[in-house]
Amino acid sequence: MDFLNAFVALSNFVLIPGIAYGSQLALGALGVTLIYGILRFSNFAHGDTMAFGTMVVILFTWLFQSWGISAGPLPTALLALPIGIVATMALVLVTDKAVFKFYREQKAKPVVFVMVSLGVMFMMNGLVRFIIGPGDQRFGDGERFIIKAGTFKKMTGLDEGLAIKTSQGITVVTAIIVVALLFWFLNKTRTGKSMRAYSDNEDLALLSGINPERVVMITWLIVAALATIAGTLYGLDKSFKPFTYFQLLLPIFAAAIVGGLGSPLGAIAGGFVIAMSEVMITYAWKKVGGYILPESLEPEGLAQLLSTDYKFAVSFAILVVVLLFKPTGIFKGKAV
Amino acid sequence: MSDTLKHTLLFAFVGLLLLLEGTTTAFGVFSGSWNSSLTILNMGLISAIMALGVNLQWGFAGLFNVGIMGFTALGGLAVVLTSMSPTPGAWEAGGQRILLALVLGAATIAAAIYTYRKLAAGLTRTVAMLAILIIGFVIYRAVLDPGVAAVESINPALEGNIGGLGLPVLLAWPLGGLLAAGVAWMIGKTALGLRSDYLAIATLGIAEIIIAVLKNEDWLSRGVKNVVGLPRPLPYEVDLQGDPAFVEKAASWGLDATTASTLYVKLGYSLMFTAVLLVLLWMAQMALKSPWGRMMRAIRDNEVAANAMGKHVTRRHLQIFILGSAICGVAGAMMTTLDSQLTPGTYNPLRFTFLIWVMVIVGGSGNNFGSVLGGLLVWFLWIKVEPMGVMLIELVTSGMSEDSGLRAHLLESAAHMRLFTMGLVLLLVLRFSPRGLIPEK
Repeated sequence: MDFLNAFVALSNFVLIPGIAYGSQLALGALGVTLIYGILRFSNFAHGDTMAFGTMVVILFTWLFQSWGISAGPLPTALLALPIGIVATMALVLVTDKAVFKFYREQKAKPVVFVMVSLGVMFMMNGLVRFIIGPGDQRFGDGERFIIKAGTFKKMTGLDEGLAIKTSQGITVVTAIIVVALLFWFLNKTRTGKSMRAYSDNEDLALLSGINPERVVMITWLIVAALATIAGTLYGLDKSFKPFTYFQLLLPIFAAAIVGGLGSPLGAIAGGFVIAMSEVMITYAWKKVGGYILPESLEPEGLAQLLSTDYKFAVSFAILVVVLLFKPTGIFKGKAV
Repeated sequence: MSDTLKHTLLFAFVGLLLLLEGTTTAFGVFSGSWNSSLTILNMGLISAIMALGVNLQWGFAGLFNVGIMGFTALGGLAVVLTSMSPTPGAWEAGGQRILLALVLGAATIAAAIYTYRKLAAGLTRTVAMLAILIIGFVIYRAVLDPGVAAVESINPALEGNIGGLGLPVLLAWPLGGLLAAGVAWMIGKTALGLRSDYLAIATLGIAEIIIAVLKNEDWLSRGVKNVVGLPRPLPYEVDLQGDPAFVEKAASWGLDATTASTLYVKLGYSLMFTAVLLVLLWMAQMALKSPWGRMMRAIRDNEVAANAMGKHVTRRHLQIFILGSAICGVAGAMMTTLDSQLTPGTYNPLRFTFLIWVMVIVGGSGNNFGSVLGGLLVWFLWIKVEPMGVMLIELVTSGMSEDSGLRAHLLESAAHMRLFTMGLVLLLVLRFSPRGLIPEK
């Protein structure tokens, strides 16, 4: 019984939040890694692209709510999601045309691209704050929980409750669907194959008649969709605040690098590695320890390795370890 | 028009802006107060110093550092640790324990590195290293936590931190540079020599962590409770107003004592900052012209060729990364001295990292004078974009009714025009004049 209780407590506070957060990071990191693979630079504007997409979703969620449209037990935001994706696609395509294309034609150095993406980041950040303001926004509605802690306790007779939030369930399901679609697209379709060819060897791909502008355009479209979905899921699960989305850059980059920049599979693995370590290292293990350890060994304090304020330090530490020991990441990404 | 003349005119233009700010309220942008003009000038000078440091890294060596905020904050911390008087009893209560814990922590890492170097690759090495790190961490926390608790319980409303060494505050400026240099050494050791954008991501991370430490380690910096009332190198306004000689002197200039005292203090800071700026500018110019500076630019322009010529690229990069970060640390210490308080909650990467980048790019990367100009000019713009934005919005919405919700929202959001404008300026300069206002020679 104690063991089961420990496991439920662990699932409730570590596994489930970790998986949900990991899915969100993985979707974000997929966007970063695709840009890196095809356009060959680290896009610092990614966090703010996510913020922009989420903002559009929030605005339309409010509009739908005022019209009285809802998705039943699911959050209304899911209905607004396609609109958010289209708006973000438009934004990134305009940005690419107005900004990045020029440097691509010049064959500018990667670091110049990074610098330019900083400028884009500034503008998007300003735009989002201008439209929706810098404050916290909550936009989740519908059923809040799939399973409530109390119901679970009654159902199983355990001391520990297990709560699964709707947002967590939606996050995982959406992430699985999106990732499956993405991999099907990259591996099975002609366009997807041409993207991978372009990422592997640009010159060879050009020689085989692949149109680079088309590849770039499709990449941006996919990235816009991924960013909006990731941002919306994160916002539903926690809350939306432009500055938090900017700060998400660090764990997202860490995830992409840990997995291997340019490798989609790596981005997913990296997302979960970062999320799980973040949650585990900042979780107070007292409760779980109290169930499985014999009484004499029970921890006196909270048994928390680091306070939650240091979650950035966790992603950073993992990043440093990977940079030191395996600079190409788990899945052998590119190193330019 | 010769280059020298053009550049002189650009600096004169900045001077003119500051002069207008001090004298006129025309155009709705200027405030017509010398007080505000000097405030802008002081922060502009500090920004110019930061830009100088970033220019050293980016302009000379092509290193992409987006952790300027972290180094600035370390400079601020140095001010607290140097100039505050020690909290009575803190050293005995927990300070020694904390110091011991920090030494133990460093020893653990050193031992892990030593093990990694000495043992052959394999499972044994990994296990040994992990064991050292885990045991070390447990001991570290066991020693540290009681010390922290003891220090934080001393008069938490006012102190609750270990205080500082009680040294003159001016000494904090070079010490801030040293502290920043130490951290830069650690980052540089890990991230330099890898791909260029890894350094960017690593510095972005370390800056967030430094801020997190300052916000949460109350024993060190009082966290979000802020350290206020830091000692100042200049007299307090109140004391000046109480000094009959000063009041008389002010009256002979036609100023009342309050205005005169604030101007006196601000002007004093301006002079001190200008002196630091000039010294650093002179050093940077000398470095740029020296064989060392030429080597740096050679490495920047073609690493492979420089390497083939026998230059140790990574080592040189580390050197210049540390130097540039140290300059940012000095500037950070100066800024905290100017505010005479350390407020970890106010450090924001957009303001302290990316704005400095805009300054360097706009001014002209690779040119020290360009950075200084960029620092002063962009800072002025940063302050003035807000009133300009409000004016613009008022103009656009003038047709709408007074109680229109959209109008209210737009006016309220006008402040966020700043980031947008800075991004736009950065992109425009990068596109149409990538060499900046004062290009590299």
